[in-house]
Amino acid sequence: MSEYLKVFPKDLEDEAIYIIRETAAQFERPAILFSGGKDSITLVRLAQKAFYPGKIPFPLVHIDTGHNFPETIEFRDWLVKETGVELIVGYVQDDIDARRVIEETGKFSSRNMLQTTTLLRTIEEHRLDACMGGARRDEEKARAKERIFSVRDDFGQWNAKNQRPELFDYLNGRIHPGENVRVFPISNWTELDVWNYIKEENLAIPSIYFSHERSVLERDGVLWPYSDFIYKDPDEVLVTRTVRFRTVGDMSCTAALASTATTVEEIIEEIISTTISERGTRLDDKRAEAAMEMRKVNGYF
Amino acid sequence: MEVLRIATAGSVDDGKSTLIGRLLYETNSITTDKLEAIQRASQRKGIGFLDLSLLTDGLIAEREQGITIDVAHIYFNTPKRKFIIADSPGHVEYTRNMITGASKADVSIILVDARNGILEQTHRHYYISNLLNIPRVIVCVNKMDLMDYSEARFREIERDFVEFSSKIKSDTQEILFLPISSLYGENLTKKSAKMPWYNGRPLLEILETMEVHKNESKLPSRFPIQYVIRPRTDEYHDYRGYAGRVTSGRFSVGDKVTVLPSGQRSVIRQIDRYTQSLETAETRQSVTLVLEDDIDISRGDMIVRDEEIPDLKREFTSRICWLDRDPMVPGKSYLLQHGTAYTKAKISTIDFIEDPATLQKIPGANIAMNGIAQVQVRTAKGLPVDRYHDNPANGSFILIDEHSNNTVGVGVIQ
Repeated sequence: MSEYLKVFPKDLEDEAIYIIRETAAQFERPAILFSGGKDSITLVRLAQKAFYPGKIPFPLVHIDTGHNFPETIEFRDWLVKETGVELIVGYVQDDIDARRVIEETGKFSSRNMLQTTTLLRTIEEHRLDACMGGARRDEEKARAKERIFSVRDDFGQWNAKNQRPELFDYLNGRIHPGENVRVFPISNWTELDVWNYIKEENLAIPSIYFSHERSVLERDGVLWPYSDFIYKDPDEVLVTRTVRFRTVGDMSCTAALASTATTVEEIIEEIISTTISERGTRLDDKRAEAAMEMRKVNGYF
Repeated sequence: MEVLRIATAGSVDDGKSTLIGRLLYETNSITTDKLEAIQRASQRKGIGFLDLSLLTDGLIAEREQGITIDVAHIYFNTPKRKFIIADSPGHVEYTRNMITGASKADVSIILVDARNGILEQTHRHYYISNLLNIPRVIVCVNKMDLMDYSEARFREIERDFVEFSSKIKSDTQEILFLPISSLYGENLTKKSAKMPWYNGRPLLEILETMEVHKNESKLPSRFPIQYVIRPRTDEYHDYRGYAGRVTSGRFSVGDKVTVLPSGQRSVIRQIDRYTQSLETAETRQSVTLVLEDDIDISRGDMIVRDEEIPDLKREFTSRICWLDRDPMVPGKSYLLQHGTAYTKAKISTIDFIEDPATLQKIPGANIAMNGIAQVQVRTAKGLPVDRYHDNPANGSFILIDEHSNNTVGVGVIQ
């Protein structure tokens, strides 16, 4: 596929800004869930635009698994300084230490599933009533059915069968005490829309999105970034490859992509010609066909 | 126009999912890992061919029951446009989902199985497309392969459709008919060789070139205020901006404006869009308006141009669709949201309940879920509403139950 839509559809930006302003107006304590990935970076820019020349009137919340790419944390701290926005960090390690969760072990262990507990605890501790996330409906089947304002009960659970209908541009954010809402301002964007936006806005992104040399383990055709957080069989061999990351998750569950793309333009060209979908590099979805839906039911965003 | 929003609806077996799957497939919007997942799933189900419907039927329950139960959003693009499909299920009990999916649509695609012709479902789908006054409707007569690509059969269905649709069709709506086979891709991305008698264009080409929203800037200007921006920094000490999205029409610097409901008047001094200053804000743009005078305005107020001031109405006639499991209780106070304004409201009278399939009007004491009725609405506060037919973006509202907080009803103003 060499032909594609080369411009970013402005309508999507207007819609996202509308959603972010509704969130700020309808809730007492909203926040942006910030992963350090391109989608949440996009959200931060949209929030800047929504309240300009005022500052972003709510904090960023980062759930720190302790297994982050160091480049992501570096970027996060830079962005916080640059925008003057408040940062709240919830540490997965705290929940492990308090025995609220038990760490997985073995070859495919990951802290990805543990994030949910930390997220829910952070929401409760800071009494957040609306958390904006950069999830997009095109990422995965279960997300295709997600509302823009998605109400969660006291346990953070999503009830797919009983969602509020969203008609026209109306967003109903009324909730009972204890409930909270997940908000998805870029629901209608695709991966390509996000990249075209990054290009047009000239947004800074973490360096791991661009091609670099890295030590990886090759398992069934998947390139795993080697780190202290990954289990290595004695007979497995580390190899150095030229790679980049297509999504920014945990180091233990984000696969690398063989790539030589060093600019946003090259990334866009690569995405257009690539044949593997974005979440195809996320090992957490491969566990079962309904993996994403099961995690959402339990409070993952 | 960069984005085209499409509503699709169809009965369980009309092949709607296959049609969407085919559009994705033919526009290279399916990636190899998704295709492999479908291959694996098709094999598990014991089907010999590639079941493209598996692409869109996302939730576990749907895969178990083999049906679609909620509105799903599907995205694809061609070099010409970005397309957003809101796909709603076709069952009787899910009228509310269909209205939800169709409420933002520029075009509605209705599928008819060539073997079965017009069914009760077809009536329902069209009724909703018409209730929401979706500007274009494309009737796809599907499974033409099973009818030997017969023109006579196609024309027969076209006639039947026109016969019932003409009873309610809005004067501004356009209906197109298209014979297709979604299983074999006939008339989807290229003109079918199997149906030389069809003179029109294939579906994708119609969608790529369709003109929409062409008159929207001529509609009355409406700007509901979402949020007041007051930075209170040294640099912007006295800045007071009204943030919102232009619902309809357009606003320019220098326009004389009135703020509703208070009736205060001022002039637009500045239109901000992030660091950019605009001369004119067009329909659907998210902007911030700065006025010449320091007047007291807050969320829920609406800015309009002086030439186009709507009446504030406390009573109006409306078509409503009930969305909640608990039926509408006459005389009960609901919260009505119009734009960014909220007010308490009651349904004072149910004029009639209308059956979308038969168009029969019957009296009713309450409205059950999925019921559609014409009602009289009475509100505590006057609202600057337009008739939906004249200005759809300012002619609708939702009803919220203040106890459950659910969105229980949606209305379009007559």
